[in-house]
Amino acid sequence: MRARPRLTGGTGPVLVVLLVLLVALAFAGPAYAEPSGYLALLKRAAPLVVLAVGQYFVIVSGGFDLSVGSLVTAEVVVAARLVDGDDANTWWVIALLLGCGILVGLVNGLITTKLLVPSFIVTLGMLLVLDGAVFLWSGGAPRGALSPSFRVLGRGSAEVPVLGQLPWSVIVLLVVVVAAVWFMRGGTGRLLLALGDNENVVRLAGGGVDRLRLLAFVLSALLASVAAILLAGFAGVSAQVGDGLEFRAITAVVLGGVLLGGGRGSVVAAAAGALSLEALFSLLNLLGVSGALESAVQGVIIIAAVAYAAHGAGLRRMLRRPVLDTV
Amino acid sequence: MSAVREQVRRRSGAPARARTFVITPVVVVYLALAVLLVIGSVLVGLHGGVLLDHGGVLNILTRGTVLGLVAIGQTLVIVTGSLDLSVAYLVGLCSLVAAETMAGSTAMIVPGVLAALAVAAVVGLVNGLVITVLKANAFIATLGVALVLRGYLEHNYTGPAGTVPRAFQHIGYDRIGPVPVAALLMLLLAAAAWWYLRRTRTGYHMYAVGGDVDVARLSGVRTGRTIVTAHVLCAVMAGLAGVFLAGRLGSGAPYVGTDAGYDLESIAAVVLGGTALAGGRGGVAGTIGGVLILSTLDTIFDDLELDSFFKDVVRGVVLIAAVALYARRRTAGRSA
Repeated sequence: MRARPRLTGGTGPVLVVLLVLLVALAFAGPAYAEPSGYLALLKRAAPLVVLAVGQYFVIVSGGFDLSVGSLVTAEVVVAARLVDGDDANTWWVIALLLGCGILVGLVNGLITTKLLVPSFIVTLGMLLVLDGAVFLWSGGAPRGALSPSFRVLGRGSAEVPVLGQLPWSVIVLLVVVVAAVWFMRGGTGRLLLALGDNENVVRLAGGGVDRLRLLAFVLSALLASVAAILLAGFAGVSAQVGDGLEFRAITAVVLGGVLLGGGRGSVVAAAAGALSLEALFSLLNLLGVSGALESAVQGVIIIAAVAYAAHGAGLRRMLRRPVLDTV
Repeated sequence: MSAVREQVRRRSGAPARARTFVITPVVVVYLALAVLLVIGSVLVGLHGGVLLDHGGVLNILTRGTVLGLVAIGQTLVIVTGSLDLSVAYLVGLCSLVAAETMAGSTAMIVPGVLAALAVAAVVGLVNGLVITVLKANAFIATLGVALVLRGYLEHNYTGPAGTVPRAFQHIGYDRIGPVPVAALLMLLLAAAAWWYLRRTRTGYHMYAVGGDVDVARLSGVRTGRTIVTAHVLCAVMAGLAGVFLAGRLGSGAPYVGTDAGYDLESIAAVVLGGTALAGGRGGVAGTIGGVLILSTLDTIFDDLELDSFFKDVVRGVVLIAAVALYARRRTAGRSA
């Protein structure tokens, strides 16, 4: 009983949407006639999916993380300056970025739990601080360059025995999603879900509410760092790389049917939501819809998805009630 | 255990809390503003300038006018337990509608303003209806509408458009002594919004809905209508901000609202003013204090010739610190 709603309840509709979009892509563009087209899509979508998984942890436990977009920008700019085109710097910078991510998550989480500030405000403040701090430090514009070995993660491919060439970002993506699913199936993951549903119950049941919340923020920021590393490799250095990513990640999570305010939705659905969003953008692109209208479409879809989630539940209940009566 | 006890304490302490919350945050905000003005004056003085001279006051008030207009509307929405993320794009859109309708002719000033406000009201209505009828979360609903507006703006405009007649540009620049006329108008509207929230039935309903939608509904409040009203009023205030900016800039600019980040900035000002993000508590007086604190900070940084990026950092820290302070005063209650 417990496993069923998590597999079907929220995940079904978004998987259908995703499937429809993928099939539509095959008809719309010749590039999608073979697997390599879809692989490219997966590669393009990897940063957003990773971000959405991170955002999922925070949203499902009843919060928001608005700071991920500026965290991505900050880390890309920092990486470019520190690596400075030298391969020798790659690994310690990556470790540093992940460490910074954890630190930002810790700060977000500690302020939310210890100072009792709503997470919306905390992460909004963090957004301002990160935006300002990184450009204060770099002097207004990104400087330096990434090394080739740093960019491999974002755009290079690995030789995999059976499958042939597989982009590194796709491998990272798969690892993150599998790890997240495994985590959400464990005790801590379930407590996180319960926390979003009813905080008092978790507290009375002896669950460490503050520790769980802290964990959600740390995971979100850590995954944002991973996304930053992928994006830096894929798209290169710019001061706008993270603009609007926080809202895009939230859109993706909500598109996956995850309830804002927490307590409902699966991590697979969140990842599928992110992939659907990216597939939709590719489709619009192929159909010749101007890039400017992309956000308008995104806006309509996000409203439709939430309206469906609100009314779909009622519809399903209405359909189910007679069945229960006969039983 | 403690959670239950807190609940009980919260219930029994309700009247006392209501009294402290009507007064305290507002007092705190204005005290903070006074302290900020003193510290700022000293710092600017050490730097060899004067903070509160003619130009300084003018600067603070001018900066505060647009943000104030948007934040007054945002206060109504947040008190009702909702949120409006679409105001930044709406400000840009309304500046364009006003400037393009006026098209440089003095006779078209009134139709231009009315057209802009009508567009704003429609957007607010859409926001409200999406939230109440489609039952979408306010965050998502207004984010969706914001994205739609953004798509429209990006598709149709690449830069400034329309012209505002010279007669209308006076609204942006005229002043009485050191006080800009527009700032006075903003304060008048703030007073009107205060009166509306505190002295009218719909205003009380807004607090009721923001406090607890279900209780409000069971008490006979038309919650849907209240939420829609709040959103329409908020959008109209954003529309006014757009019209004022068109008057100041001499034309409409699509990204004038987003460049200044009025969506998140106005929420920050409201929360800084002691209004609870979860709704049901707070008011316009605190918001104006919050707006003045933000614009004073800006002016101090300008006078000290500090890096503009430093401003963002301080702003973020101030915001978090302020809300943490309010949260401390509240014994329990946490919303994510």
